[in-house]
Amino acid sequence: MAATITGGRKGSWLTVAFLAPTTAWFLILLVMPLVVVVIFSFGARAPMGGYAAAFTFEQYANLPSRFTAFKNTMTFAPLGTLLCLLIAYPLAYYLAVKVSPRWKLLLLILVIVPFWTSLLIRTYAWIFILGGRGIPALLEFIGIEGVRLINTPGAVMLGIVYGYLPLMVFPIFVSLEKLDKGLLEVSSDLGGTPFRTFLQVTLPLSMPGMATGCMLVFILLMGEFLIPAFLGGGKVFFIGNALVDLFLQSRNWPFGSAVAVTLVIIMLITVSLYMRLTMGRSTGRDESLM
Amino acid sequence: MSKNYKDNLPITAKKFMEELRRYRNGSVSRRHFMGVTGLAAAMAVLGAAVPGLAPRKAYAYGELGDRLVFSTWPNYHNPVNLEEFTETTGVNIQVNAFGSNEEMLAKLQAGGAGWDVFVPTNYTITTYVELGLIQELDLSLLPNYDANAQNPVFAGPATVNGKVYAVPKNWGTTGFVVNTKNITSGPKSWKDFFDVTMGAGSGHTIVHDYQLTTIGAAMCALGFSFNSIVPDELDKAEKLLIESKPHLFAITSDYQPGMRSGDAWMSICWTGDGKQLNTDFPEMEYVVATDGGELWSDFYAIPSDAPHLEAAYAFINYMQDPYIQARDFAVHGYPTSDSRVDAMLPASTLNDPILYPAKELMDGLEFGAAKTLTDPGRAEVIARFKSA
Repeated sequence: MAATITGGRKGSWLTVAFLAPTTAWFLILLVMPLVVVVIFSFGARAPMGGYAAAFTFEQYANLPSRFTAFKNTMTFAPLGTLLCLLIAYPLAYYLAVKVSPRWKLLLLILVIVPFWTSLLIRTYAWIFILGGRGIPALLEFIGIEGVRLINTPGAVMLGIVYGYLPLMVFPIFVSLEKLDKGLLEVSSDLGGTPFRTFLQVTLPLSMPGMATGCMLVFILLMGEFLIPAFLGGGKVFFIGNALVDLFLQSRNWPFGSAVAVTLVIIMLITVSLYMRLTMGRSTGRDESLM
Repeated sequence: MSKNYKDNLPITAKKFMEELRRYRNGSVSRRHFMGVTGLAAAMAVLGAAVPGLAPRKAYAYGELGDRLVFSTWPNYHNPVNLEEFTETTGVNIQVNAFGSNEEMLAKLQAGGAGWDVFVPTNYTITTYVELGLIQELDLSLLPNYDANAQNPVFAGPATVNGKVYAVPKNWGTTGFVVNTKNITSGPKSWKDFFDVTMGAGSGHTIVHDYQLTTIGAAMCALGFSFNSIVPDELDKAEKLLIESKPHLFAITSDYQPGMRSGDAWMSICWTGDGKQLNTDFPEMEYVVATDGGELWSDFYAIPSDAPHLEAAYAFINYMQDPYIQARDFAVHGYPTSDSRVDAMLPASTLNDPILYPAKELMDGLEFGAAKTLTDPGRAEVIARFKSA
């Protein structure tokens, strides 16, 4: 911070004063806990559970035991993000470009309001729908017996896409709404088919919104534990579930910290790669994330 | 200050009326009027006092506060009892349900849990005392608790080093529940349980998300002790569990919804849940395994840092009343170690094989051991099993 103050501008102490609360908040509530987690990750498990001061790499050496959890998360998260994108994009496109202004607000509200309902309750609803008394019972009615929907990877994927869909719709919607409809007209005047217009005009221009939406959903999915716990019945294990278990039932805080640090590193690498790929390609210069 | 209200007024009555007339004429502002008559100050004082001025109910037990944070197990209470407690004392009970003692220990160890009363199982109490997480109970504040009416086998673990840290709630066994309509082979032991899981009941079995009972079941199936922490035996148990994992319906300690919806046909189960399921679905049988299992007793305890101590004692005292315990039993079906409660129940209850299994079966059951709770090997096995 000292380096920035000596810019020599008048009133720079005012800048410091204004930045101080946010910086303090950032340092105390974000950086310090992260540092604590990193320190814990090099410690040892206390005999009764918890953290004992030590410096050892055995926690990181033990990471492969949670390989399945990492594998599950690294497959479900990108796949879920992709599915979400494929379903959200047409919806956002319709809302932003096609629907008449009369209905736009109402339809938007219909998308927002379920999002305000707690994720827990929405997931619980799926437990009933997919459980023995829900869809399988209906299928039995028409003669298809023994269908198991709950506690399968498919149920988890369904829950993920359903839960995070609004989060993907809105950035894309905002990005598409800023689209200048005149550009579409120009494109068709110059002889472009609707398909080519979409591919070469609409899609690249909505790339920032897509990137934001995908980033949001992907990062949240990497930490997800509720949907696998409920809709996967404890059989589909994500990193989030592994962390919950390590900090609660196993009371192995050092190992949990090591898993958490690894997760953060993986996320940082993946997201920076993704951003470079998508943002670097669409525009050569800086552009806002919407 | 003198006591007559006319002596210490900020303004005399005559001047008040003059100011009022000026205000109504518009010669002075409202702010001036409020200031000079002292009304603004009065308004500020009353405004600050408003929460205290609101009408409140008076309760027979006195001021216990308005909240009690209670951590317990699922399907373990009669809601009527909890509501009646709230009505009588005005204390709102916030109930948290947990599926394992390890989770409760983890939350208390991390600190700041803010619980007032919780329900630990017998084998955890020495660990809690060692870690200083629970406080010694003042039995004079629990007049409904009669130590002489308790069965010492079940009430004993609450006393550590001569001090009483908890009062008994219920005792029970850990076995498994079978839906005999779907599983007709009549499994009688943990070995049968795992055989059926990987055979006829594949895809329809639930095991607990709880290392004591799940690893214990595997241990008994392999012929080892329920509480074993021998590394070699742990490896074998882990192998058996991971082998059975693809055949499981779910790994959860809240198994009643799965059993009730018909998705699950068999589950590791505690006495009371077995009784509840059997009452609602007679085809669901509760089986105490022949090759071992767990005998347990639960207690009410108060954490060291409980924020609402008076409410906690009032609640535990209320729940120790024999009539309240009997009403609890009617809903959750777990037996108590209190002879006064047994005296209130019909004789048929005392002969119920679910609640009071045959002696040969009971002899094979073990109480959980404190070392099983803290053993890191068992914690790792269940964690690896869950993430497999």
